[in-house]
Amino acid sequence: MLTNTIVLTEAPARPLTLRLHEWVTTVDHKRLGILYILYALVFLLAGGAEATIMRIQLIRPHNDFVSPQVFNRMFTMHGTTMIFFVAMPLVFGFANYLVPLMIGARDMAFPRLNAFSFWMTALGGLFLYFSFLGGDGLYGAGSAPDVGWFAYAPLTAKTFSVGHSTDFWTLSLLSSGIGSIGTAINLIATIVSMRCPGMTLGKMPLLVWLNLVMGGLVILAVGPLSAAQLMLLVDRYLGGHFFDTQAGGSAVIWMHFFWIFGHPEVYVLVLPAFAFASEIIPVFSRKAIFGYPVMVLATIAIGFIGMSVWAHHMFTVGMSAGANTFFVLSTMAIAVPTGIKIFNWLATMWGGRIRYATPMLFCVGFLFQFLIAGLTGVTLAVAPLDWQLGNSYYVVAHFHYVIVGGILFCVFGAFYYWYPKATGKLCNETLGKLHFWLFVIGFHLTFDFMHIPGILGMPRRIYTYEPGRGWNTWNLIVSIGVVFQAVAILVFAGNLLWSYFRGKNAGNDPWDAWTLEWSTSSPPPAYNYAAIPAVRSRRPLWDLKHPEDPDWRYE
Amino acid sequence: MSPTNIFAPISTPAESIFGLSMFVLATVAMVFIVVFSLLVYVVIRFKDKSSDERREPPQVYGSTQVELAWTVIPVLIVIALFLASARVIASIQNTKQPADALEVIVTGHQYWWEYRYPGLNIVTANELHVPVSDPAHPTPTFLTLLSADTDHSFWVPRLAGKTDLIPDHPNHMWIDPHQTGLFLGQCAQYCGTQHAKMLLRVYVDTREDFSRWVRQQQQPAHGGSTAGQRLFESTACVNCHTISGTAAHGRFGPDLTHLMSRETIAAGAAPNTHQMLRLWIKNPDAIKPGSKMPAMGLGDRDVDAITVYLETLR
Repeated sequence: MLTNTIVLTEAPARPLTLRLHEWVTTVDHKRLGILYILYALVFLLAGGAEATIMRIQLIRPHNDFVSPQVFNRMFTMHGTTMIFFVAMPLVFGFANYLVPLMIGARDMAFPRLNAFSFWMTALGGLFLYFSFLGGDGLYGAGSAPDVGWFAYAPLTAKTFSVGHSTDFWTLSLLSSGIGSIGTAINLIATIVSMRCPGMTLGKMPLLVWLNLVMGGLVILAVGPLSAAQLMLLVDRYLGGHFFDTQAGGSAVIWMHFFWIFGHPEVYVLVLPAFAFASEIIPVFSRKAIFGYPVMVLATIAIGFIGMSVWAHHMFTVGMSAGANTFFVLSTMAIAVPTGIKIFNWLATMWGGRIRYATPMLFCVGFLFQFLIAGLTGVTLAVAPLDWQLGNSYYVVAHFHYVIVGGILFCVFGAFYYWYPKATGKLCNETLGKLHFWLFVIGFHLTFDFMHIPGILGMPRRIYTYEPGRGWNTWNLIVSIGVVFQAVAILVFAGNLLWSYFRGKNAGNDPWDAWTLEWSTSSPPPAYNYAAIPAVRSRRPLWDLKHPEDPDWRYE
Repeated sequence: MSPTNIFAPISTPAESIFGLSMFVLATVAMVFIVVFSLLVYVVIRFKDKSSDERREPPQVYGSTQVELAWTVIPVLIVIALFLASARVIASIQNTKQPADALEVIVTGHQYWWEYRYPGLNIVTANELHVPVSDPAHPTPTFLTLLSADTDHSFWVPRLAGKTDLIPDHPNHMWIDPHQTGLFLGQCAQYCGTQHAKMLLRVYVDTREDFSRWVRQQQQPAHGGSTAGQRLFESTACVNCHTISGTAAHGRFGPDLTHLMSRETIAAGAAPNTHQMLRLWIKNPDAIKPGSKMPAMGLGDRDVDAITVYLETLR
């Protein structure tokens, strides 16, 4: 009765501006999570458009669809956008939304810091895209950064990058970096101190574990990046010489700073993707996750080893044989815990009764593609092979296999899996499957065939290429794949919108799942749980549904 | 057949990488086949076919033996791959430079390559000439890699893996091509607007051809005091270009002393024909938009005169 009166008196009284104002001033982890995700989706369209422009330009040799200047801006903006303003906000958005719900908490540990972090990240994206207007600076030279997403010195020095495009790039990464560190601190504090009664570290859902390690990695990795950005600003405006090679500065030092951020960053993105797979695969296989303690240990191992592999991005910069050999070993070592994870997911599915709803389809796609991504990663870890394949299209294919074929597939799975929880509506399954198959076709056309021009000597970041190198056909196929991916993304966006207004009601627990978030209403109330739950095992809802055979007897 | 295929090596560093890559690919392919088949099996075999919605399969929480197995096997594979890699790294990076090896200093500039042969007193650009190396009596070429501005990378896939050219950070690499011919590549580290047209051409000559080429490059430039030469020497051309034996001593652009001995101009972006040379002088952006060579705003007659003069530099 009480809730009825609230709805009746409040619903007509709140005009749109007031409701928008609530979103802008919110400190609710669920709303901030959704803001992160919507923000990332907008930038996904921008980054996708940039990729499409590049693929049109590369459709045939000596094409002149865009000028070299525009092409160089496109790959810089594409990389920066996709990593910092699509992938990071997506994983932070899901972590924000899910972690408090899954540990039975009412919000994050620091709700205001949470809002601050989101708006700093948002500001970063605006800085980056404002460069299209403001990047000319007083010099009238260039618009939008064109230094590549890892912006090697001394290309970023005043001498080579006049105007303000590089400054906007720097400010955007600094600002979003502050947001990332804030969110990471918040996640760690929340997980450490706000778990519900009974949820010991060993009974946390794997998603929470993976986000805990992700938070630690963000704190360790983003610091060096921000430091490097500050040094670059000092170089450009205060007469510093950190990266000024003409005055004894070092170009190689920038590479170290960048990659000690850049490689752990891959794990910052992939661990949350693993997290989604680790929740979705068991539920749709109808089995508990296989080898939970090993999965946790493998995650921690990936976190630690992931901090010691950065210089495999630098095999070609002339390190000593000893240094090269060390980074071969550390890089290959990471294949072991990653392999363990794949085997554990397989074992979870083994003997199960697998239901191929859309979330599971994306996770199965992920398993196949991540296997290939991992194996091409092993070939690149072999330094001598990297001397050939590094900075070629083979590398571009490899990391897109990781980020699109691995991470993005899991994120799509997560969208379909938790959309009912966040909106109360089920996604349309037909559109979901259409999205899946179109994206699978597009993904494989583009990124399978992209390996080949790399093997045939095609370097990355070239705005055009010579005929007669045997690259033409492959590039054509790669570009055709983009069409399928673009249509798939439109189907996805359409599905999200259509289901919001026309979707079937989801109920609290549409997937018959086992973690705490499915015990509250869909969407959950602002306070998440009327009474803080208490748990006795990793699958509290399994215990509830199977009182005759609860998990806590075996854990 | 691609002229830049990494799987068609003709020089020792590229060959040892090729050998290693076969071992790595075979290992990786084996792992792929095993795990891929398992995945396919699981995905098909354990699909839910029953109509009984409520029955759950038996719950299995883990198994120490199985976990151990799939930890130890990957560890062994990693060790094998690591040892094989370490061996090739050492064999390529720790090779000592023989006393009679040819030395070349390669300097990357924004969008072109400068080659200096310190022992031979030759300076040239964009087209590297080296002698073929007979495996029985190797005559390898050792390159010292420098940069005048931003980072670049020297990558001719059939000869060797790439090595970066980084300002204030000299690097080294070596090649010993076993076949004569022209080998192509290009800059493999993004270096600015025209990174795409910073092409590499390595001519591997027979010993006789190489000696002939060396003698020719060591000659002073031809040419008298033509109108074209006077024009060249009285405009800004000399600020960037060198033509030995004349007033032109610039170092920012390619040495033009023996320009006509080269088959291409603009770092391989265009063939060295009368038409292209003239176009390049008149409006470099028509061939390579964003290149550092400015259009000098010369009239057609002046452009013609300079083109004719440059064509005497053999």
